[in-house]
Amino acid sequence: MNTILMTTLSITAISALFALLLTIADRTIGNYGEVSLTINDDKQFTIEGGNSLLSSLIDEKIFIPSACGGKGTCGYCKVQVDEGGGPVLQTELTFLDEEDLKNNIRLSCQCKVKQDMKIHIPEELFNVKEFEANIESITDLTPIIKQVRIKLSKGEEISFKAGQYMQLKAPLYEGNNEEVYRAYSIASSPMEKDSIELVIGYVPEGIATTYVHQHLQVGDKVTINGPYGDFYYQDNDREMILVAVGTGVAPILSILKWMKSNDIKRKAKFYFGAKTEGDLFFLDYFKELEDTLYDFEFIPCISRVKEGDEWRGFSGRVNNAIEEFIEDGKNKEAYLCGNEPMINSVIKVLTEKGMPEELIYYDKF
Amino acid sequence: MIELNPFVIFIAAIFTNNMILSNFLGMCSFIAVSKEIPTALGLGQAVTVVLGFTSIINYFIYQKILEPLGLEYLRFIVFIVSIAAFVQLLEMVLEKYLPNLYYSLGIFLPLITVNCAILGVSLFMIIRNYNFMQTVGFSIGSGLGWTLAITALAGIRQKIKNAPVPEGLKGPGITLIITGIMALAFVGFSGIVQIQ
Repeated sequence: MNTILMTTLSITAISALFALLLTIADRTIGNYGEVSLTINDDKQFTIEGGNSLLSSLIDEKIFIPSACGGKGTCGYCKVQVDEGGGPVLQTELTFLDEEDLKNNIRLSCQCKVKQDMKIHIPEELFNVKEFEANIESITDLTPIIKQVRIKLSKGEEISFKAGQYMQLKAPLYEGNNEEVYRAYSIASSPMEKDSIELVIGYVPEGIATTYVHQHLQVGDKVTINGPYGDFYYQDNDREMILVAVGTGVAPILSILKWMKSNDIKRKAKFYFGAKTEGDLFFLDYFKELEDTLYDFEFIPCISRVKEGDEWRGFSGRVNNAIEEFIEDGKNKEAYLCGNEPMINSVIKVLTEKGMPEELIYYDKF
Repeated sequence: MIELNPFVIFIAAIFTNNMILSNFLGMCSFIAVSKEIPTALGLGQAVTVVLGFTSIINYFIYQKILEPLGLEYLRFIVFIVSIAAFVQLLEMVLEKYLPNLYYSLGIFLPLITVNCAILGVSLFMIIRNYNFMQTVGFSIGSGLGWTLAITALAGIRQKIKNAPVPEGLKGPGITLIITGIMALAFVGFSGIVQIQ
């Protein structure tokens, strides 16, 4: 009995001593006091030093896109640090190329705030907010794609541009022991300010998609932040070529809804690609848009047409369809969303047709 | 037992009783961080510094606290806690006062907390009944020996980067074979001194 007591006591005492020492050290050595953080030369914040730049910014309600939650594994949280960032760390080098290094770009999750700092971030990131919201409905679009409608809390509003994306937080659940953020384009219209819709496909062993497909229920609370992204509707009168495959339809849908509700009179053609007819969705809605929008044409494309199927759309990939239907790329602009091979092949076709690359907007995932 | 000169222990810890090549301690970071000489050298330095300090701290904890109280059996857990605490402290001090060193060693420090070579040295000094000076010689020697081994391995791995290593042996496989051959080579030193 005595031995047990003695052991417990000694271990407790020794651990407590170390804990005390570390706490004192943390308060004295690890204390960097208050430092000032200047963003874009005009906004100044006084913050507690010693934390990473990313978490300091989050404390000030400024959200930088980050998928890994600050572990330095995704490389999204790049920020231009002009002064006070210290030398670039080994852990950042994997994600920074020469151009980045020249422009003082740093990973904000690795760079610590230890002295007065001056940074530059894109102006639109000030518009990014975090929302605690409720799942209003979940609809199966295909066996592996779900449409998730998220209602913001009462009194909260979101304003975004058609085509931008949100980050959804995947919490801890059975089989997942890390919190991650994943980006999903908004499929609803920017006119709806109290809720958003996301289109989420199932990726085997994907942390967030498994969460959405197997755990998420109507009524659950989720954390989302956004909007992010420089892929959005551009206001001019060029003819629009919209291309999407799979869940890439979401931002295109948002753009079309925006055009519809604002009665925008532009010529638009939408190429929607998939492997089989069963992988296409929202077909009725797009058909309906052909009647209700000013000048809209919907071209579904499937790459694997089975013999004997009655398929009225285009047989082949979207890049083949564009090759066939578009004569030249003059006075047109394109919005592409989907996987990398699709985007690359469509960009190739469009530039060959004479469309300047700066008029091809795309969102790769 | 014959009192060994601390310097003899120091030399022995580098060559004949090398932590990696004769005790096979600290293998995980040895294999993981030995791709390039500069990083290997950085980790080696960090290990040497931490080894030097923690074994001295642990020496006093053992001699002044654990032994008088008859708590020798607690040494494993106490040593681990003290190593972890020390590494934390060292990290804070470096970050504040020696930022340059922190930026070159910083990422290795957390790795070292779980390096078994560190705990191994603290335990060996108890088992072998070293006095204070012997402990100092042994710990610094072990650190340098560890650095020597990992730097040498990194050098070899850089050399064989373009060699046609059989598919199944690439990466850790060939590294373990190299380590084995290095251990054999180090047996050649065994004539110099021998401690046990």
